[in-house]
Amino acid sequence: MLLNASGCLDALTAPDVARALDAYVTKTITPEPREGNAPVRIAETDVGMLNSIGLANPGRERFLDDVLPRLRELGVPIWVSVGGFCTVDYAETCMYLGRQPVAAIELNLSCPNVDEAPESAAEIVAACRSETPIPLYAKLSAAVPDVAAVARAVHAAGADGLSLINTIRGLKLDERTLQPVLGRVMGGLSGPALKPVALAAVYACYCATQLPIVGMGGVRTGRDALELIAAGAQHVALGTILFADPDAPSRVRAELAAAANDVGVVDPDDAFALGHASQKDVESERKLPA
Amino acid sequence: MRQERRKVVASERVGPYTLLRVARGGVSTGEPGQFFMLQAPGHVLPRAMSLCLAPPGELAFLIDPVGPGTRALCALSRGDDVGVLGPLGRGFRLDVARPLLVGGGIGIAPLPFLRERLRGAPAALGFRSDRHAEAAVLLPGAEVVVEPRLVTELVDPAADVLACGPEPMLDALRRLVPRAQLAWEAPMACGYGACYGCAVEIDGELKRLCVEGPVLRAA
Repeated sequence: MLLNASGCLDALTAPDVARALDAYVTKTITPEPREGNAPVRIAETDVGMLNSIGLANPGRERFLDDVLPRLRELGVPIWVSVGGFCTVDYAETCMYLGRQPVAAIELNLSCPNVDEAPESAAEIVAACRSETPIPLYAKLSAAVPDVAAVARAVHAAGADGLSLINTIRGLKLDERTLQPVLGRVMGGLSGPALKPVALAAVYACYCATQLPIVGMGGVRTGRDALELIAAGAQHVALGTILFADPDAPSRVRAELAAAANDVGVVDPDDAFALGHASQKDVESERKLPA
Repeated sequence: MRQERRKVVASERVGPYTLLRVARGGVSTGEPGQFFMLQAPGHVLPRAMSLCLAPPGELAFLIDPVGPGTRALCALSRGDDVGVLGPLGRGFRLDVARPLLVGGGIGIAPLPFLRERLRGAPAALGFRSDRHAEAAVLLPGAEVVVEPRLVTELVDPAADVLACGPEPMLDALRRLVPRAQLAWEAPMACGYGACYGCAVEIDGELKRLCVEGPVLRAA
């Protein structure tokens, strides 16, 4: 399944792009409206980009009353990205989403005040689990010592899947003044630079949990998507590439089929977790008695 | 909506700027003040450029090489590929009785195409140096001032001002001519409402310049 990364597409402004996906993931919704951070909010880096949008969104109430009904008219399954600044923020939004016909909830657990401690991410997932039967995907940051440990913790707390990975904090200095380019100084790094980090996180979390994973981070081509699938992602999300190429969903889909064929795999789904094949052998050999 | 790959037809120096001429193919010119996202090979993000001129079969963009992305676009030469997405955003309204085009620095970029569509209009241009003012050649007959003089000296408040330039110039025009149509600029990643990089507060609401603008009414 091909999705967008949260915050990388507005389906109401570009409905044709959203319809080219198998599911649309909303921008992160917080309880209260947020205007987001002061400009400058976007900067290109050598092999990626930084953003400091700051979770700009219309807030939970307006989202439920105004935005979600219009999104449903698109005829694309909707995943709602839920954010907050404490456990109650997340849990209440999940409660309000209740039994809305959304395909999944993605819990954005990757803002700095929640992504450091596995216990905190798990606590939020557990609180949300008790509020909704809707499938819960925990979106994690790879900027932790052991993302697999976080994955195990949110799995135990009731997560149905993982979204890997969110952006990683980065900084760009102006080439003339050497001052930070972004208004808020730091931003989230995305784009091609993230691909090896995303692959490592997907690989480790698949090993740790076998939960369904939405893999994302630096996907530009069908080959990139194939690698995430081979690392253990059931689904792939497009992020930064959508900014430059709104046609990326159909292009990547076509390239994915060709890239799979190139390595002798008939269907891209058959590439799922292929990257673990030799390691399984290694692991089983290690388990043999000496 | 897709990014089209087009060939560079020519790259010409105009003062410190570059006029990048690209094969148009089936791409629409759009309306004056609308913009295109241009992506140089090897860059993760495209850059927003308003259309400067629309010669037959071409799209021409005036580019100021201020950073790595714009320098890469200015370094393209005939036969090179460039990614083109557009036209995007909302341009100038052309139903004006007494048009006056006002441009500051690289902000003159959309004015030649605008003047063509208006079938001629007076223009007032301001530049920071004589070298920058060489770009006035793109608007023959325009009144030109160079710093320390300011272009606002040339503006008749009774005119229907259509302007593009640096923020201080646009702020001054907003006070001087409340009915003015002003083309604003903000860093953006996508140009079609996806990234929220160019969001600005307008009338107490957060709006994306790429979707609601870049041309906004002053009041």
